[in-house]
Amino acid sequence: MNNNAIDQNALAPNEKASSGTAAKFAAGWGKVTKLLRPNSLEKRKALQGIGFILPFIIGILFIYLPVIVNSISYSFCTITYDIKLREEVITFVGFEHYQYAFFGDAQFVQTLIAGLKQLIIDIPAIVIFSLFVAVVLNQKMLGRAAFRAIFFIPVILSTGLLDDVSNLAVDNMESGSMNDGSGTSASTEIINAVDIENLFANMKVGTEIVSYVVGLVNDIYNIVNRSGVQILIFLAALQSISPSIYEACTIDGATAWETFWKITLPMISPMILVNGLYTIIDSFTSASNVVMQYIDTHYSSGDIGAMEQATAMSWIYFIIVMLIIAAFAGIFSAFVFYQKRDS
Amino acid sequence: MNDSHIPQPTEMPKVLKESKNKIRVDFERTPLWQRIKAKFFSTFFLQKVVWYVFRLILLIGISYIILFPFFAKVTGSFMYYEDFADVTVRLIPKNWTLDTYKAIILENSYLEACVNTALLSLTCALLQTLVACLVGYGLAKFRFRGSSIMMLLVVLTMIIPHRTIKLALYELFEDFYFFGNVLETDVPLTLLSLTGLAFKNGLFIFMMRQFFTGVPDELEESAYVDGSGVYRTFVQIILPLSIPMMITIFVLSFSWQWTDEFYTSLFNDITFGERILMPKIITVPQSLTSLKATFPAYSMFESAVINTTHILIMLPLVVIYLFCQKYLIQGIERSGIVG
Repeated sequence: MNNNAIDQNALAPNEKASSGTAAKFAAGWGKVTKLLRPNSLEKRKALQGIGFILPFIIGILFIYLPVIVNSISYSFCTITYDIKLREEVITFVGFEHYQYAFFGDAQFVQTLIAGLKQLIIDIPAIVIFSLFVAVVLNQKMLGRAAFRAIFFIPVILSTGLLDDVSNLAVDNMESGSMNDGSGTSASTEIINAVDIENLFANMKVGTEIVSYVVGLVNDIYNIVNRSGVQILIFLAALQSISPSIYEACTIDGATAWETFWKITLPMISPMILVNGLYTIIDSFTSASNVVMQYIDTHYSSGDIGAMEQATAMSWIYFIIVMLIIAAFAGIFSAFVFYQKRDS
Repeated sequence: MNDSHIPQPTEMPKVLKESKNKIRVDFERTPLWQRIKAKFFSTFFLQKVVWYVFRLILLIGISYIILFPFFAKVTGSFMYYEDFADVTVRLIPKNWTLDTYKAIILENSYLEACVNTALLSLTCALLQTLVACLVGYGLAKFRFRGSSIMMLLVVLTMIIPHRTIKLALYELFEDFYFFGNVLETDVPLTLLSLTGLAFKNGLFIFMMRQFFTGVPDELEESAYVDGSGVYRTFVQIILPLSIPMMITIFVLSFSWQWTDEFYTSLFNDITFGERILMPKIITVPQSLTSLKATFPAYSMFESAVINTTHILIMLPLVVIYLFCQKYLIQGIERSGIVG
């Protein structure tokens, strides 16, 4: 850009010097040659770039956009099958499905609030846990490769079909109730809530924190399983921090604790933002999500208009989660530190 | 040169010449006991040991949480059905049997499902890897009008949950432009993979883009100077570079397609359809349901059988994971999702 500006300035005196008609002619001739000569390098590169992403563009135009538009319009319509005409009849009903979702359906709003609560509880837990594990796994130690391999198993094996089933196995087996068919076993909880409650009661903190911590500990299986990708992202971030910064800190006499808070945390803060966003997106699109499950069961309930109502519900959910994402990104990006790289 | 200002040690180490090329330096060493004391009886060492033990316990504990369900599933799958009613049996089966496996493989037509799903997953994974490479490269290295909008669209495909567009997707492929009904075939999933819209493809494209952004431009420029075209440069120089990343994406897309329930059951009728895919085998085999009326701990047994089907489903994936685990972690780490 700068170069162009300089060139134009340099050319300007010459143009002024030449007579008016000649300048007009030159300008006209320039336009003609511009059309005739082969594309400029920039243009050609742009075309080639479009060539590379052509499959995606086609997909967006012919599959994704129609699907999105249809999906939105379905949430405003009711589709019925007319037996006489033997075809589907689509009637416009306005915001009826949205109204139904908020006021007609007894459980949707409750489920929505519960799901969002769970989301807000899970995000810090998963991010902090994965950060901690990444820091630990980043240190040199015996069997690091083996531990890494184990920690990434859930990325491969706890998705889709296997997701809900691993929970089934945990419920049945972690409690040790595998074998008494009567189901008399005490609880599926890993730790007894009473112990922690006693601990916290002595520390004089509120019951909300107690229930939060107990909930987290009992949910540890879920948290571990869902933080595979996040651990990887943090590991990558940790490895990109230059060792010379740490070296300088050690020479200046900083302890490991200080180094973590003053160097590691600011350096990976962009990745904390990314991981937070990833966690939100991942947990609200996953099948084990409470709201999604509710919408799913409603979708397949077979009632008239249930499918359209489910679509409307999921759009509502989508918009709310988008708002959460925007709020999270907005608030957190104020705390993010970007290292200025000289390149 | 002139090191007269450097204070000389009072006692110089004795240098003994042993042979022509070998010398031995004989200097005064700190006594062994003092050395041991300095090394092992300091707070620094104590801190290190405590941290080491703490870390080890923590990692083993979390590994236990991850691995235990798999272990429990595997042992449960070998139990004879009577073991489920036996209170003395915990985790380790008393009567070992392979009946559950046999019943599932024979009656739920596991092998056919394997072949069908493998074909489908392989096509999808190959296409998805290729498309992710192409689109990621296009977004990373070329500037054109609307490229930022395209990036936004990629992120959007990640964010919009596929449940939201379930109905619309079904309707689209039920009457797909000029081809009519393409459900109950591989066509919908292949098309989605080909256009980079299948499950989590936005993430793959994003990863590839980040990776290619990290590849220095000089590499391509030197290729262009040598007279290679854009596409040739891509195939001969960029693709070989990105093989670890491609393996990562291939493994992820293969295994996510393999265990996929949403798209598979959307485009194929799982309960009544004729095509046998993985979701279809998750049922209790006919011969084992006969126990239902008489056996008291049937629900336990049923969940163990279902778990066994899952072991069978994840078996090929475990093999793949064991082979590719190294590349996988490398690839994701190198993807430099880091800005």
